[in-house]
Amino acid sequence: MLRHIVQRLLNLIPLLFGVTLISFIIIQLSPGDFLSEMRLNPVVSSETVEAMRRNFGLDQPLHIQYLKWLRAIFLRGDLGYSFAYHVPVTWLIGSRLLNTLILNLAALVIAWLVAIPIGIHAATRQYSFSDNTLSMTAYLGISTPTFFSGLLLLLFAFKTRLLPIGGMTSLDYEFFPWYGKVLDVARHLVIPATVLAFTASAGLMRQMRGNLLEVLRQDYVRTARAKGLAERPVIYKHAVRNAINPLITIFGFEIGGLLSGSAILENVVGWPGLGRLILEALVQKDLYVVMGSLLIGSITLVLGNLVADILLAFADPRIRYD
Amino acid sequence: MTSTGSGPSRREAPGRRVLPRPMAALAEQRQRAMVSRPPLALAWRQLRKHRVALIGGVILIILYTMSLFGDFIAPYSLDYTDRERFFHPPTLPRVVDAEGRWHLRPFVYRTELVDPGLRKYRIVTDRTYPLDVFVRGEPHRLFWIFPTTLHLFGVDPAARLFLMGTDQFGRDLFTRILYGSRISLIIGVLAVGITIPIGLLYGGIAGYYGGRVDNIMMRLVEVIIAFPGFYLFLTLSAVLPTDVGCATRFYLIVIILSFLGWTGFSRLIRGFVLSLKEREFVLAAKAIGLDDLRIIIRHILPNTSSLVIVVATLSIPGAILGESGLSFIGFGIREPCASWGNLLTAGANLPNLAQSPWLLLPGVFIILAVVAYNFLGDGLRDAFDPRLRSS
Repeated sequence: MLRHIVQRLLNLIPLLFGVTLISFIIIQLSPGDFLSEMRLNPVVSSETVEAMRRNFGLDQPLHIQYLKWLRAIFLRGDLGYSFAYHVPVTWLIGSRLLNTLILNLAALVIAWLVAIPIGIHAATRQYSFSDNTLSMTAYLGISTPTFFSGLLLLLFAFKTRLLPIGGMTSLDYEFFPWYGKVLDVARHLVIPATVLAFTASAGLMRQMRGNLLEVLRQDYVRTARAKGLAERPVIYKHAVRNAINPLITIFGFEIGGLLSGSAILENVVGWPGLGRLILEALVQKDLYVVMGSLLIGSITLVLGNLVADILLAFADPRIRYD
Repeated sequence: MTSTGSGPSRREAPGRRVLPRPMAALAEQRQRAMVSRPPLALAWRQLRKHRVALIGGVILIILYTMSLFGDFIAPYSLDYTDRERFFHPPTLPRVVDAEGRWHLRPFVYRTELVDPGLRKYRIVTDRTYPLDVFVRGEPHRLFWIFPTTLHLFGVDPAARLFLMGTDQFGRDLFTRILYGSRISLIIGVLAVGITIPIGLLYGGIAGYYGGRVDNIMMRLVEVIIAFPGFYLFLTLSAVLPTDVGCATRFYLIVIILSFLGWTGFSRLIRGFVLSLKEREFVLAAKAIGLDDLRIIIRHILPNTSSLVIVVATLSIPGAILGESGLSFIGFGIREPCASWGNLLTAGANLPNLAQSPWLLLPGVFIILAVVAYNFLGDGLRDAFDPRLRSS
């Protein structure tokens, strides 16, 4: 098992190398660079633009730019410098990363807490009125784009003034005591977390329902019933435990998607996360911010997949990695 | 196969029952099940029983028909603007007039802008404008070919027929939704149409040859899959030139969607082919001396057909959602072209949205199309999956 993990981690190195290479090529394909706009600005002299170009290293050949960037990562863990914000990319991404994690973790917790009981409820009452209603709601959940449900909830907040509209903190956030700050972020979190949790729990609930229905058809469930076991232990002790097993893989994938699942929604509700950062950086051609975000996003994704495999191996003794 | 012990004849003659009744009934039932039907016919029989899938299919037929006849159904043209009537609320045809009299023919009233700041419109009830069918209006090309001025319905130009209201430029939202459907509904089908053959061939070759070929081919797939999907989607669309026409941009986005989609699909096919290639029919084909590509394309890949149909149906909604999200944040289809995603951008401004909630209607169409595809896809999956087949 340990060997397997180490081997997988070693495999990640060429993989992530490929990721950086592909993202660098794609970004270079796009027309213009960060300074294109400045060149058209009559206030900025061409000497200044040239100086900045040298300063950012944009005057060097492409492969040198790329290799320099790679070397900095290996030597110092330095992802480069943001042209637009004039700060190191690691610093910029770090602050946004935390915000995105807060949002997605909140959504993840809500989704699991809601979806598992609902899935069990629906499966044990297959084709009943509540099952049909819940299944239809789940269809709606997986089919509604997050930006649409986000807009709906924002409209609701705007009309009722019950919740803050957009952003992550209030204007007077800095003056709050620590618990006031937590409460303030939590209030801003309600809308985006609800939207994400709705979509995620819809998918999860369908999985849970499907798995449990499958398990309930198995012979050992029939045996448990035949020997006179009450319905509750049959469901919760025998069926549910086995039905949850496949969901562990989904959990791993969700860990991998923690950073990228909320990209559009962050832009709709103005949540200052990684998704908004990459969008702004793409518009401004802020080269290393885009590269850094893609790299960080990829790392979480592949690590999430690895975690999924490991968790599954722990949960299911039939799976062996040798 | 059930053996009744009555000689070589497999089909029992009626009346000649050797076995005790229940067993004979069982045997008969099994034999009836053995009458082979083509898999598609079997699947269709199953699908017909799946009510939700049928509903999905019907919704899709309606949506695509509306899209095909879009310019004929639309009362106005794509670039029709009425600067006097921006953010105009929907004018629904009515049958009861201001004096409470009933009319056999639906009609609308004329409106006047009262307050541009508050976007208040007054309904002028001095005369009614009946709804006409097959009216002459703005020129368009039916099916992109036949130039005509005929529209399905409309009202006298003195009044307006804004079934779903207008946007900030006074453009009819219903018209733009119809035109937008041509992009939003077709983009998914096209993207999947490109994805499937590429994924089939790529996965087929990797799975069939295995070993080093497979290893190298799958490494490439892994690199692309390692990107967070939407980030890569955004980055790729930022590369697209901004000064090209709508059609070009549309095709470029289709290419991006397929570029992202083929990887997961080819992985699926590879796994399937890996399990198929040791089967006898492949060995037989090899023994005859067929070349590899022919074995892959003619003998192995056809076995994946039901998988392909299900996966294709279930990937289209993903592509629709991807395009609409991209267009919504301004990276996909751009103005003045309409797609369901970029029509929703007008609703991103909250004060505007609060005053003109009909701006959310394009989103309802997105959900409708995606739900319908999911209904149909789930139904197809159940229909093709023999484990769930009830008879």
